[in-house]
Amino acid sequence: MSEHTIQMDKPIGETRLDRRVQDVIGKGVARHEGPLKVSGRATYAYENLAGDGKNVAYGFIVTSTIGAGKIKRIDAVAALGKAGVLHVVTDSDGPRASADPGDKKPTAINGQITHYGQPVALVVAESFETARDAAKLVTVEYEPTEGTYALEDAQDKAFDPGQGVMPSIVKKGDFDKGFAAAEIKFDQTYTTTSQSHSAMEPHACVAEWNGDELTLYGCYQLVSTNVGQLAAALGIDKSHIRMVNPYIGGGFGGKLGIGPESVFAAKAAKVVGRPVKLALTRQQVYQDTSRRTDTIQRIRIGCDRNGVINAISHDTLCGNTPGDTVFEPAGISTVFLYDGENRLITHRLAEVNVVLASAMRAPGEAVGMLALENAMDELAEQLGIDPIELRKRNEPKVDPQDGKPFSSRMLVECMEEGAKRFGWADRSKVPGARREGEWLIGTGMAAASRKNLLQKASAKVELRPDGSATIETDMTDIGTGTYTILSQIAAEMLGLPLDKVAVTLGDSDLPQAPGSGGSWGANSSGSSVYAACEGIIEKIAAKLGVEPAGLTLKDGTVIADNKQTALTELLAGEPITVTGTFKPGDAFKGTHQASYGAHFCEVAVNAVTGETRVRRLMTVAAAGRILNEKTATSQSYGGQIFGIGATLTEELVVDPRTGLIVNHDLAEYHVPVNADVPQLEVVFLDERDHAASPLASKGIGELALSGVGAAISNAIHNATGIRLRDYPMTLDKVLAGWAAGKQAA
Amino acid sequence: MRLTINGVGQELDLDIRTSLLDALRDHLALTGTKKGCDHGQCGACTVLINGRRVNSCLTLAVMHEDDEITTIEGLGQPGNLHPMQESFLQHDGFQCGYCTPGQIVSAVGMLDEAKKGWPSHASKDLDGTVSLDNAEISERMSGNICRCSAYPNIVDAIRDVNEKGAA
Amino acid sequence: MRPFDYTRATAPQEAAAMAAAGATKFIAGGTNLLDLMKLQVETPEKLVDVTRLPMKDIVAEGDGLKIGALVPNSDLAADERVRRDYPVLSRALLAGASGQLRNKATTGGNLLQRTRCYYFYETSARCNKREPGSGCDAIGGFNRIHAILGTSDACIATHPSDMAVAMRALDAEIETLTPDGATKRHPIADFHRLPGDTPNVETVLSPGELITAVHLPAPLGGTQIYRKVRDRASYAFALVSIAAVVTMDAGKIGTVRLAFGGVAHKPWRNEAVEAALAGETPSAALFDKAADILLAEAKGFGENDFKIPLARRTLAAVLAEATGVSL
Repeated sequence: MSEHTIQMDKPIGETRLDRRVQDVIGKGVARHEGPLKVSGRATYAYENLAGDGKNVAYGFIVTSTIGAGKIKRIDAVAALGKAGVLHVVTDSDGPRASADPGDKKPTAINGQITHYGQPVALVVAESFETARDAAKLVTVEYEPTEGTYALEDAQDKAFDPGQGVMPSIVKKGDFDKGFAAAEIKFDQTYTTTSQSHSAMEPHACVAEWNGDELTLYGCYQLVSTNVGQLAAALGIDKSHIRMVNPYIGGGFGGKLGIGPESVFAAKAAKVVGRPVKLALTRQQVYQDTSRRTDTIQRIRIGCDRNGVINAISHDTLCGNTPGDTVFEPAGISTVFLYDGENRLITHRLAEVNVVLASAMRAPGEAVGMLALENAMDELAEQLGIDPIELRKRNEPKVDPQDGKPFSSRMLVECMEEGAKRFGWADRSKVPGARREGEWLIGTGMAAASRKNLLQKASAKVELRPDGSATIETDMTDIGTGTYTILSQIAAEMLGLPLDKVAVTLGDSDLPQAPGSGGSWGANSSGSSVYAACEGIIEKIAAKLGVEPAGLTLKDGTVIADNKQTALTELLAGEPITVTGTFKPGDAFKGTHQASYGAHFCEVAVNAVTGETRVRRLMTVAAAGRILNEKTATSQSYGGQIFGIGATLTEELVVDPRTGLIVNHDLAEYHVPVNADVPQLEVVFLDERDHAASPLASKGIGELALSGVGAAISNAIHNATGIRLRDYPMTLDKVLAGWAAGKQAA
Repeated sequence: MRLTINGVGQELDLDIRTSLLDALRDHLALTGTKKGCDHGQCGACTVLINGRRVNSCLTLAVMHEDDEITTIEGLGQPGNLHPMQESFLQHDGFQCGYCTPGQIVSAVGMLDEAKKGWPSHASKDLDGTVSLDNAEISERMSGNICRCSAYPNIVDAIRDVNEKGAA
Repeated sequence: MRPFDYTRATAPQEAAAMAAAGATKFIAGGTNLLDLMKLQVETPEKLVDVTRLPMKDIVAEGDGLKIGALVPNSDLAADERVRRDYPVLSRALLAGASGQLRNKATTGGNLLQRTRCYYFYETSARCNKREPGSGCDAIGGFNRIHAILGTSDACIATHPSDMAVAMRALDAEIETLTPDGATKRHPIADFHRLPGDTPNVETVLSPGELITAVHLPAPLGGTQIYRKVRDRASYAFALVSIAAVVTMDAGKIGTVRLAFGGVAHKPWRNEAVEAALAGETPSAALFDKAADILLAEAKGFGENDFKIPLARRTLAAVLAEATGVSL
């Protein structure tokens, strides 16, 4: 087996993907693993070892009933006395929540209660029913301490968290001076609430030991990272762990770090000498894994009467559990989205006794752009300038922070195309002017950007003597379409029909990929498959004694020097196997890379009740090459609908007296249901970003969420005249707006 | 106790507390039916009991000894997919796939309800006529949450099957 | 979920007798009971399965209808007679829960649904309903979904049913069978209780008393509306809901029935509101006056203060729609 590495030091020009000889790349083909999923045959974490006589035991987590304090004593006698109970894990080095993906391991309980509903023990029993019942019999004696549960209460003690996924403070010029001197000064504060990823599959695993070797059937987004975290939490070397998670029931960032379920299950399985199955209850998912922090964000913009920005600032306050220092990089887009000489982007963190705040879909942009793009709309209105025009007047030619060129940037094109398709010119500029019966109709727009991220990735591709190919990597597919796009890349590169390509994912025994997070997956992992295929093509060329560039691969044949040979013949019983590795390089460092887009929304706000319904939502996006139009569109729908939830309904409520997450289930944490969502529109502009990767693609999965909520809230303003700055914009806030100002109805 | 699943009778010795969902997943290795919330708040566990869609998490297995239970596995298999499964596949009516079996089983049950003329919250009239437009499908499918948010494609997939009269 | 004994009843009388003593619950649809048992909010020692009892029919009875207690919500909403003669009931049912839940949940069980109060559902929180005397964490806590009418210092929970609100407007009667074999009929007005000092006691049912049917009196005709305001477009409990049955007589309001959900511990009805409307010419001012009467005693608890203006506005809109007045 050989290796082939591509380091992205300079843009790669036209490739086989552009020539499209096999013509499968970009096509909206149905999902590779789709038949298994629609028939219930795809096996998710908890479902492993079902009905195979392996004598599986069942676990149930015991959680704390206070929000802050010390654990004095855990009494498991009653639970252990229950028939069918096998063991109770009370180790204080068990995790108090999921791990942040950046941490070596999850933070241990260590005798402390740092948030309400925190894991404290695990009951293992012969059946799920017994484990669940016995968990209630474990009594925990606490020494409660005064907790801080509300971000507002903690803000006086907020601190600079330092470097995160971005520096906590980014500045240029002199913001204060620039702002003071500005003709027009805009200064508003926006708040967003805690949110939950709420993937449909609760965190679950099966832990099975064979001697000192652990197999963990899990549901994690970052296999190699998560193996390391699990090993560290268990105090063993990661070579002793094999993690298997080919199918993951949604992640959205909630499964980026190893969860308490796996650490507890592995500990328990070792003791009881049987495989242990464990799924968190839905309630526990809310309280024991992670969330997106709530934020208080202040946007200040200084500009002239024409809207040309001279000074821009974005200050964010967010919270996390004591000891967890990850902050929400809400200002990440403000760094580069609009021009302006004087810039100040800051983030502060406050300690609150609430479950770990960590990455959730589009960390930073998802909530940061709610504030920024709301502010731009307000500013446009204040200046009497069309919101698109205001953004165009502040379109930077290079990264306004450090002067780097943009690898590609089609924000203006996205706004213009969207305006045309949406009918932006026909909108009523006067708020509250359109009414249909009880419903007030309004439109709004917002810009979208999502920083492009790349990671090192490897994949093994084997071209088999029968003319089929296999792809193997520990990369994950969390619903993003990884299986499908990897098969399309290999099929296009190697000239194979799609049904000749098999893909195996999510197994830590396979070459390492960065996993699914930050929209880097397709580009990074896909590039490693590209590299492996390039290696295979070189070997084929060598066999034929020609230059690789002179080869054409199509329908299982290779064409060179006007001669067509079947791959089966050429391989003559020997496979070609290459491990491809992709590394970001100077091309990434030397340019500023991001995906861009524009959102357009029409809402109807009920003039009686204040209920808001999204009637139209269009996202125009430019994210480099689209690898599969169907799955990319679905990803974009997902982002848009995440935005509908964040803007209208989703609010993880923490009782400020106790720290209890009050609405910890799907009945009361309101993710959008089908009836909340109209038929959506997604348009991809044709773009190739050759500096981004050999695929010329950029991230898409988070772009459609970035800024979309602001388009909705701006539309609410256009419908009602009410400017809401406190997300989510539930009907009570609309009613309060009417009570404070003019009346509808 | 005895359960009839996908036309096959099964003898089981279960804790009386076992939900129908856990009986399927933990004891019959029929893991296509999913547990998303265990409290009737997501619809991932939807099965057909005597042809009616219900949440299998909120009923005890022991209460269904005389019933015909159909799960996603009973609708179709790869290579022999039910028209609704095929339509979800073609319309990309799913992403992570976890809510998908529940969506598909629910959709099959829902079309049957519509055929019987059952109204919904979205129906303009209660006169027994049902026209499954997007709003009707969305309302009738709102008991199945999809966090990946495949809703637009789910609606397309179901409308397509309905219009072809295939299910 | 605690262990329990499970018994199937074969006759109503047997069921009632089985449940006369001890911590026994009837189980039918189970959609709320099992939900609560999993959390140990409910911890019955014995379950009596009543699903095989002959209480599954909807039959004409005089000018009205008799609805068997086991009729699923879906079937009741879809019943031709209900759709035609009691559309407010169909509409209320269809506004509740999801298709799957309505297929399982029964008429009797729906009446006995317990509150969705967050603190009732969380066994580590204080709740006088779940654990009498422990206190109420909803007061002073997050009470967005809580009651504004008929509350007490012990409890501010709401009744979550939509169906029961429509039945309250229709003056339904609930037929029961007691363990000693007596048949009773409870007007729905008296069936559910306000919390007072004993929020754990939610209905007038005595131990073992089995709901066997709901009687609907003769159809009222008129315009029937069920309007539900909630945080999602579907699959969410009411913040405020209104069941209205209104007849018009030569441009004036004839008879009017109004019941309210999401605002109290029971389906709320205030006949003084109806009296103020009957015989009057509909107008915005009149609707406002009706709301004044309805909300005279309304009290918010912070997070749910918005329900007071919301109820006022929604009432005006419902009355406008029912009377054909444009506001």
